[in-house]
Amino acid sequence: MCYPRVGISIVQILERLGHEIDYPEELACCGQPAFNSGYWKETRPIAERVLKRLQDAAAVVIASGSCGAMLKKFYPELFANTAHARAAHELAAKCYEFSDFLVTKLGVTDLDAYFPHRVTFHDGCHGLRELGNKKQPRELLAKVRGLDLIEMSEAETCCGFGGTFSAKFPMISTAMGEVKCTSALETGAEYIVSNDASCNMHIQGLADRQRLSLRTIHLAEVLNSR
Amino acid sequence: MSAASQQFEHDAERLTHDLRHRSLIQTALKKYEVARDSKKSRYQDWQSARQTAAEIKWDAVNHLNTYLEEFASKLEARGAHVHWASTSEQARQIILGIVREKNARSIIKSKVMTGEEIHLNEALEKAGLTVVESDFGEYIVQLRHEAPYHFVFPAMHLVRGEISKLFEEKLGSKPTNDPEELMMIARGILRNKYITADVGITGANFAIAETGMISITENEGNARLTCALPKVHIALMGIEKVLPKLQDLALFMPMLATAGAGQVLTGYNSLYAGPRQPGESDGPDEFHLVLLDNKRTHLLADAEQRDALHCIRCGACLNVCPIYRNVGGHTYGTTYQGPIGSVITPHLRGLQEWKHLSYASSLCGACTEACPVKIDLHHHLLQGRRNAMARYPVWWERLAFKVFGLVVNHSLLVGLASSLARVAQRLHPLIKGTRLDPARPWTRSRELPQVAKQTFKEFWRSRKR
Amino acid sequence: MNERENIFGRIREALRVQAPVPGAHPAGKGGAKVHTVSEAEAAKHIHEWLPPVGETFEQHAELFRANALDLRAEFHLLDDVREMEDHLRGLAASEGWKKVATHAGELTDRVCAALGLPWMTTDGEYDVRELESCDAGISQCEALIAQTGSVLVSSRSSGGRALSVLPPHHVVLARRDQLLPDLPTAFALLQSKYQSDFPSLISFITGPSRTGDIERILVLGAHGPRKLTILCV
Repeated sequence: MCYPRVGISIVQILERLGHEIDYPEELACCGQPAFNSGYWKETRPIAERVLKRLQDAAAVVIASGSCGAMLKKFYPELFANTAHARAAHELAAKCYEFSDFLVTKLGVTDLDAYFPHRVTFHDGCHGLRELGNKKQPRELLAKVRGLDLIEMSEAETCCGFGGTFSAKFPMISTAMGEVKCTSALETGAEYIVSNDASCNMHIQGLADRQRLSLRTIHLAEVLNSR
Repeated sequence: MSAASQQFEHDAERLTHDLRHRSLIQTALKKYEVARDSKKSRYQDWQSARQTAAEIKWDAVNHLNTYLEEFASKLEARGAHVHWASTSEQARQIILGIVREKNARSIIKSKVMTGEEIHLNEALEKAGLTVVESDFGEYIVQLRHEAPYHFVFPAMHLVRGEISKLFEEKLGSKPTNDPEELMMIARGILRNKYITADVGITGANFAIAETGMISITENEGNARLTCALPKVHIALMGIEKVLPKLQDLALFMPMLATAGAGQVLTGYNSLYAGPRQPGESDGPDEFHLVLLDNKRTHLLADAEQRDALHCIRCGACLNVCPIYRNVGGHTYGTTYQGPIGSVITPHLRGLQEWKHLSYASSLCGACTEACPVKIDLHHHLLQGRRNAMARYPVWWERLAFKVFGLVVNHSLLVGLASSLARVAQRLHPLIKGTRLDPARPWTRSRELPQVAKQTFKEFWRSRKR
Repeated sequence: MNERENIFGRIREALRVQAPVPGAHPAGKGGAKVHTVSEAEAAKHIHEWLPPVGETFEQHAELFRANALDLRAEFHLLDDVREMEDHLRGLAASEGWKKVATHAGELTDRVCAALGLPWMTTDGEYDVRELESCDAGISQCEALIAQTGSVLVSSRSSGGRALSVLPPHHVVLARRDQLLPDLPTAFALLQSKYQSDFPSLISFITGPSRTGDIERILVLGAHGPRKLTILCV
């Protein structure tokens, strides 16, 4: 809704690689907000609809590490010892966060992209620690022509979004975002690239309020630049 | 909202605005990280070491009755007295009893986190005893009448200027900016206390079942002296600290040092097998070990979170936690801070009062990654939230999610969200940042994202035509 | 007695449900896999995962030296006991020692006699205040450990509990054959030497006493010795 370029970029990249995309437009939420708040029972109807709608997909490509982790790691836990346990495991097996899909599943790292800017990469926590996708985004960025990647010292440190955490403990969330922004500014990067739009939303929101010269951008948009 | 929860939010609000404090903690912990990484990289296989350590702890905790039994009987066979305390109150009474029986007047202590847990010092002081903390950091916070800031680095939040002022005030010493001089002031005072103390009280980092020994890890030598000079040694220890074999320490001693302090080994790692033995020329005549439950069996019964009892109290999870780094140790208001504290405190002190600690986390997982014994910390925080809402749901939250669950992911409502959002976006500037603004938690410090001119769903639909 | 039974009762009750082994699949996918590591297995693996130590005495000595340097401990590998005596006399002179403390032992007896200073021993009853007034504590040890740069002492091998920690300078007299490669070997030595009749104190001393409590700045001599000198012959 707020970052359509992310989805558009993913679609264009995958179609260029010869794949057919189905977009289940009625699926708006993986259920993580309810799940993370502790309301697992209330999460199940939301997640069940996701399970049903995606059961025939060959592969499910997800634009964010946090939703990716929800489907891949947490749905099996949510549905453990229920009638949907098996479906949850089957779905988990065919879910991929976008960079992981390209590199691990498709074996593709060079997308003939051109993005002549200095950037730094922010590792979203779910993508990094739940899914283990540290290398994949970097392998993709390494092949982008004109791109200069400088790692920041706090690359792996949580940006502070954390879903409902950002609203429940806004001052801590903001402090954490400030640490991230300071670290990014130290690299001299023009852009912070990440594979999680919610992290970007939080960092950009903070950067805009504090008038920092930092722009956030999703990995898919960088890879789709020509 | 519990009283503890309100205090947490109040302190977090204050400290996140304290840039000096934030900078101090970040700097200190960055130094730790550099040291830790350098020592970690020496291991031939740190990840396998973690797995073995985790398995040894699993064995220890999941056969706790067997190992505790073996440990206690071996220790008793060497003339030590082993006492059992189900609650804090019982532990305090046992220790007071020993101290009174010996007509003790002065007590020297090395760092005992379980002592903090049961508020031992207050009880001893109430009974008319002088208690002196010998660990330098603990000594400092004791003089300030403050709780330890970090269970490994109790005075991490203070700079030398503050310590100098404290010493000038309380000890009448001359002002100095030199850390070595500051330490010499404390050393001079404490030296005599070791020699004149009637009773020494310590904790224990590990207990070895196979040989009936406790193990104490430290850098300063204050625990060595506390266990060498006074005639009576009392050690207080949680029941979960037992390890099966002496050889296990070959792994745990270095891992505790590396993860906890970025060292190869700490200065002194000492095993105590009992009171002074026949033929030995010094050491305490009596050794009392007080074993503390204090709701550890309650945590033990939660098989899902039981591995939280594997904790070796290294503090690595605190050191990497971005929440801890920004709010500091005192904000938690608990004996054990940071991620491990947030996991165990609801079990030890009550879910209703302390459930907010599970929510004061972005679930980033850095703690789980850092833990040398692979405790699944951030998932336990998530489980803690589930447990809390099962017992103490917030009615309007639950209702909101129920309603959300009914309407979301249905084809009828595609497009409705963006239509509503566009309307809200128009109206929002009127109330943005004010009390009426429902997005105020966000907008007080951040800008909101804008709804795109064409959303992805609209793009997709336009393609299909 | 009552509380002991209560606690054991609660433990047994709690352990009726088994917890998943770390690294195993989460419960719900067919239950936890029961996995116990045999002692021999664990010991072998610990060797493989801790920092490497090399094979030869030279490598061990070199590693010990490097660790000691990092720790600000003094380590000297000497040719014979005469050199040890000379070195100690040198220390005594440069630091202005007036009195030392020691215990009976093959090396300590000889070396302290050659020192020519007033001395006390901690083998039998002794006066703590007298020990406190000594400038140095001279002891033997159980072992030196290359992997960590540690000195392994015990109340039986090193003159009791206080000698190696109260005086401001701790001097250790060791023999080459006491240099062990790593921690697993050290624990194995203790077990084979003492069986179950252990000294009441065993301690791994790794460098002089230290604290980082003030702004993480290293300061030596917090309570224990400010100086640690290891002479190996």
